[in-house]
Amino acid sequence: MEITSIDYKEFLQNVVEMVEKEKDYFCELDRKIGDGDHGITMSIGWQAIQDKLQNELLEETDLAKISVVTGKTFLSAVGSSVGPLYATGFMRGAKVVKGKDTFTSDDLKDFWVAFAHGIQERGLAQVGDKTMIDTLIPFSNELEANYSKTNNFHQAFEQALVAAEEGMESTKDIVSRLGRSSRLGERSLGFQDPGATSVFYILRTFMETVERNNK
Amino acid sequence: MKKIVNNPTHVVEEMIEGYIKAHPNHVRQLPENDRSLVTVNKTRDNKVGVLVGGGSGHEPGFLGYVGSGMADGVAIGNIFASPSPDPIIEVTKAIDKGAGVVYLYGNYAGDIMNFGMAAEMADLEEDIEVGISVVNDDVASAPKAEQEKRRGIAGEFFVFKTAGAAADFGYNLEDVVRVANKTNANMRSMGVGISPCYLPQTGEPSFLIGENEMEIGLGHHGEPGIEKVPMGTADEIAERLVNEILEDMDIPSGEDVAVLVNGLGATPKMEMYIIFRKVEAMLTEKGINIYRSYVGDYITSLEMGGCSVTLLKLDDELKKAIDHPVNCPEFVQQ
Repeated sequence: MEITSIDYKEFLQNVVEMVEKEKDYFCELDRKIGDGDHGITMSIGWQAIQDKLQNELLEETDLAKISVVTGKTFLSAVGSSVGPLYATGFMRGAKVVKGKDTFTSDDLKDFWVAFAHGIQERGLAQVGDKTMIDTLIPFSNELEANYSKTNNFHQAFEQALVAAEEGMESTKDIVSRLGRSSRLGERSLGFQDPGATSVFYILRTFMETVERNNK
Repeated sequence: MKKIVNNPTHVVEEMIEGYIKAHPNHVRQLPENDRSLVTVNKTRDNKVGVLVGGGSGHEPGFLGYVGSGMADGVAIGNIFASPSPDPIIEVTKAIDKGAGVVYLYGNYAGDIMNFGMAAEMADLEEDIEVGISVVNDDVASAPKAEQEKRRGIAGEFFVFKTAGAAADFGYNLEDVVRVANKTNANMRSMGVGISPCYLPQTGEPSFLIGENEMEIGLGHHGEPGIEKVPMGTADEIAERLVNEILEDMDIPSGEDVAVLVNGLGATPKMEMYIIFRKVEAMLTEKGINIYRSYVGDYITSLEMGGCSVTLLKLDDELKKAIDHPVNCPEFVQQ
């Protein structure tokens, strides 16, 4: 499988639209266990990325450059905790595709694994802390394991998404240990983590974009 | 929810525009980043720069504390969200006078990451030494055994005050950080929320609470607290807050303290003074001497209803720092 810089930018644009559609839902989840602004934060960040996609990145074909600009733009626009986390994810992903304008299947696998691990290193969260890591680590573990067996990125990513979704849903049964919701203790039980949710939606948007473009 | 705004997405920018136009003799905006404000005072060479920051929505925190005797600059985030490293770096460069810069902020995951990244960049790219003091005064936010997890609330004001004074006294970076950390270690806060705030962009309440309920330990971003209980009287609230603080941090009879009764935005000063009245009575009964008192909206949470009590134990060094004059747009002490 190959993903061009045009596909990649389309994926980013699709995330922009997904976030606008889902931002109220992300806020609603966050109100249960946090300060209720997760959808707003994501929207501010992805709107800033949209602005780059339509200007600075319009003619850009270097995947690393697109990724770095995406990460830095998100960080500058939002700060917050998701700012450094997503910025690190996109910047680590950029390293995998330095100087390239097309992802091979290997690159795609490496990109998303680096993305997930970068976020974990920045936020220092573990699986079970009720954060986006509960989505990302099962996702990247499954992606790596499945891809090494099948060498089929599409199939591996599909399976990884199943693991990601299970991880996201597992946050309902976890008492928060990190982030703002950690101060809630037992009262955070029963509520799905907003950060774990939005990152799953982003991964799913990637799959949808890939499937649409490879039909 | 009614709000006096033009466009909910532009509230932070428009507030900053208004603020700098209102206080041109105190602050200026850096041309490099519009979320960066610094003092217009000529600070002397080799004074440690004091940088405060955090999300918007806590006004007069944090921009209101840039001025003589307190902070030299502020990095301003979106509502209830840490600023990104960009404005922090720009303020750092602007206020460094060769003695380094201290970052003072509350203990939140976002602030830790953004200020941490900025500190690394300041060191590597700008060769500016940065000291960090993270405030975690809120007793309600984690048990004593996990004190390092506690969030910073109104007590941030005291840390800005003492560290700002220490920098003014000519202390070096290490000692300014030491004074900030000592202040944090000798201080505890506990709050109560009685009505939510509403984020301008969503118009939704930050939490739900019954007409006859209050929430003990509510966070100053509307994070749920430790317990919802029936609404109490001012005396009952003051008793609960002070007792929780004293259980967590012993203050022996004869000690001197500074007291802060902080409003969260929608609580009238009348009610804060009624709270203070009881706090004073309780401390006096225990033989604890109130050295200085602060009552008012120091670090708020938009239009949240409620207040917090902060007690700071003072030694001679902290007394001198607390007494140091301040002249900021939102806080003056002679």
